[in-house]
Amino acid sequence: MRLTFTHLLAAIPFLFHINAKAQIDPSLLKRIPKDTLKTLNMDAVYTRPALNINKTPIAIGGYLEANWQHLTTDGISEGHQFQARRLSVFMSSAISKRVKFLSEIEFEDGGKEIAVEFASVDVEFHPLVNFRAGIILNPIGSFNQNHDGPKWEFTDRPISATQMLPGTFSNAGAGLFGKKYHKDWMVGYEAYLSGSFDNSIIENTENKTFLPAAKENPERFEEINSGEPLFTGKLAVRNTKIGELGISYMGGIYNKFQEDGIILDKKRRVSVFALDFNTTLPKIKTFITTEFAWIKVDVPSTYTQQFGNKQYGGFIDIVQPVVRQTILGWDNAVLNVACRLEYVDWNVGKFAETGGNIGEDIWSIMPAISFRPTAQTVFRLNYRFQKQRDIFGNPPAITDGFNLGISTYF
Amino acid sequence: MKILKSIVYITLILSVGLLVSCEPSYVDVPNDDEILDGTIEGLSPEELARFLKGDAAFNEVFTRETGLGSTFVSTSCISCHAGDGKGHPFTTLTRFGQIDERGNLFLDQGGPQLQNKALPGFLPEQIPSGATFSKFMPPANTGLGFVQYVTDATILAMADPNDLNGDGISGVPNWVSMPSYIDDTGAVSQGGRYVGRFGKKGAAFNLLHQTVNAYNQDMGITSMYNPIDVYTHEEIDPEIATSKVNDVVFYLKTLKAPVQRNQNDAEVIRGKAVFSQINCAGCHTPQLSTGYSPISGLSFKTFSPYSDLLLHDMGSGLDDGYTEGIAKTYEWKTPPLWGLGLSENSQGGNYFLLHDGRARSIEEAISMHGGEATNSRTAFNNLSQSDKNAVIKFLKSL
Repeated sequence: MRLTFTHLLAAIPFLFHINAKAQIDPSLLKRIPKDTLKTLNMDAVYTRPALNINKTPIAIGGYLEANWQHLTTDGISEGHQFQARRLSVFMSSAISKRVKFLSEIEFEDGGKEIAVEFASVDVEFHPLVNFRAGIILNPIGSFNQNHDGPKWEFTDRPISATQMLPGTFSNAGAGLFGKKYHKDWMVGYEAYLSGSFDNSIIENTENKTFLPAAKENPERFEEINSGEPLFTGKLAVRNTKIGELGISYMGGIYNKFQEDGIILDKKRRVSVFALDFNTTLPKIKTFITTEFAWIKVDVPSTYTQQFGNKQYGGFIDIVQPVVRQTILGWDNAVLNVACRLEYVDWNVGKFAETGGNIGEDIWSIMPAISFRPTAQTVFRLNYRFQKQRDIFGNPPAITDGFNLGISTYF
Repeated sequence: MKILKSIVYITLILSVGLLVSCEPSYVDVPNDDEILDGTIEGLSPEELARFLKGDAAFNEVFTRETGLGSTFVSTSCISCHAGDGKGHPFTTLTRFGQIDERGNLFLDQGGPQLQNKALPGFLPEQIPSGATFSKFMPPANTGLGFVQYVTDATILAMADPNDLNGDGISGVPNWVSMPSYIDDTGAVSQGGRYVGRFGKKGAAFNLLHQTVNAYNQDMGITSMYNPIDVYTHEEIDPEIATSKVNDVVFYLKTLKAPVQRNQNDAEVIRGKAVFSQINCAGCHTPQLSTGYSPISGLSFKTFSPYSDLLLHDMGSGLDDGYTEGIAKTYEWKTPPLWGLGLSENSQGGNYFLLHDGRARSIEEAISMHGGEATNSRTAFNNLSQSDKNAVIKFLKSL
């Protein structure tokens, strides 16, 4: 019998183990306690707490982040700052048992920026074959999808996940995702084609190769600058006793290489490779999460080395619960001490003129104390000590200071 | 797993310790003599506000949308003057096309400056065949307001073209053409040329002249003052507001002069004496005074640039075969030595000295002095190691 593509499609459901579970969680619309043993980072949009509106199929939720901050750079401070960093509103709907709608609308800096960060329709064909379309969060690393403020013990988002990788980078697109369980093991995948980066990643006022600059292009939800889609793929493996490891890739052509049929430039590619890992150590319950990424950008050799063609960086968060008991009337309240270590090099390489290393890097250590009266609310006291060098590697600008804030789901 | 746990505990203990111990102790503000940034004394609140506007404009990064290029050298002023200090070989300028006082013969082929970088989709400029060239290291840009308000008469009084005092030094001013947008009221002229004082060859008359050229030739930004696009060589609309150019000029005028460190150190004092004894001060004049300035903080002030702002024959070793104004190709304006000890802080922890950064240490820079500086170089070489060290320590204190 001749094997056709149709046959292959029909066979897909039978290729997988019988104990594969439904990917789209039917309990979506209920408040459920977080169960880190049964989810992957890719499930972040499904594990958000939400409230049903009576018996309608619509659930609504969100989170708020606000803080006080006092920082100095080289001893000079802008003084005390109160910041309403973001208000995110989630809305989801179970259109049917296997068709779901999820969205996140974010108001940043007191409403100065309003963005639809995520708005997708998920259709389940099989636990391993779910179709997602709409405005998707590109699954590069772990933070991009799992970025809700109340989940973290630090007010600031990781530098590498916001100033190297674009934080909460979303695009119009579509793709497939799915996962599979087997005893203590869980495997998940995601693969999307979406809107892409543009020339701004190497032509921007940051004066360095800066992928987050592409977020400033509002047309990216309607038009791909290069005309070629961005591919983002992720494979994640979790063992309930070891932790979760994610490997992800994002790549595509970023530049406008042709217009009206006229070739303007060669196709120039941006590629991002990321590894992420998280685990909870047994007995002491120390939670560790880390993400590192490597970026390669095809920058024209006739341009300026100010805009580097290689970057790398990442962070590691260590969170240690030290008290878990009833505190001030809150049951199961938790007091944590934590620390984040970060490093980013925005311009990996050597100067053509001198052979010396190009600087443009930053490292930071951020110890913290956090108090969680409930799992969905966190008070955070962070101290940051950071050194940032310019492109020449001159003596670094030293930033340090405190912030105290609250972040809570609602 | 035990190792991992140990790491976790150590990190957490250190973190808590850091959090507790650092509670009130933020990083100290650097001493005024450790940085080049900062204002001259005596600015009014209005002048301080304008200084800040100029500072912001100096830090502005240009893009294709805001006029960068299409060919250029740098994307911002700060790219070449990190921390207001000296530049780095990465941002060295290349000038070409002039060999004598007849002027630049390659203006129609992109002279006087090479724009060696280009926006994606464009090609950078190439040095035309037959053109000689020289590389110019961006200088520190502090204390420039004082230099601007030194009177022409003061500079001319230091000139000694025929070496009448017989010290082997015969400084001359560079007489330069002045663009029409510059007010020449009160300026001394000779044959329609004026005394230049900024730039490696002293070919810029004042800070407006220097700044307009930098926007145009370094970044490809046209202004009302110079509307010629470096890529098309055609006149186009201004890409920067006139007020912003003027704010940057004000910023440059009002940046403080570098503050000497360790002035009372015995070795520094001795080094300064030896510096004068071997007649380095014959060109690197320790003190100058300003005349009248509409900015009171610059008016009738004495300052210590260690320069006479004149051109000197520096010998064949530093003759690149390129020049500006009426300077000979082997003549260079005496570079101010103030801020020399902080050069490493803007040059990536290294020294890139002399006009093109070829000298990697102060000693090497001295050893490359020729022409009128030959006697001083020889005298330095003949010093005891102790005296040499004292001179170097003095120079690093500037």
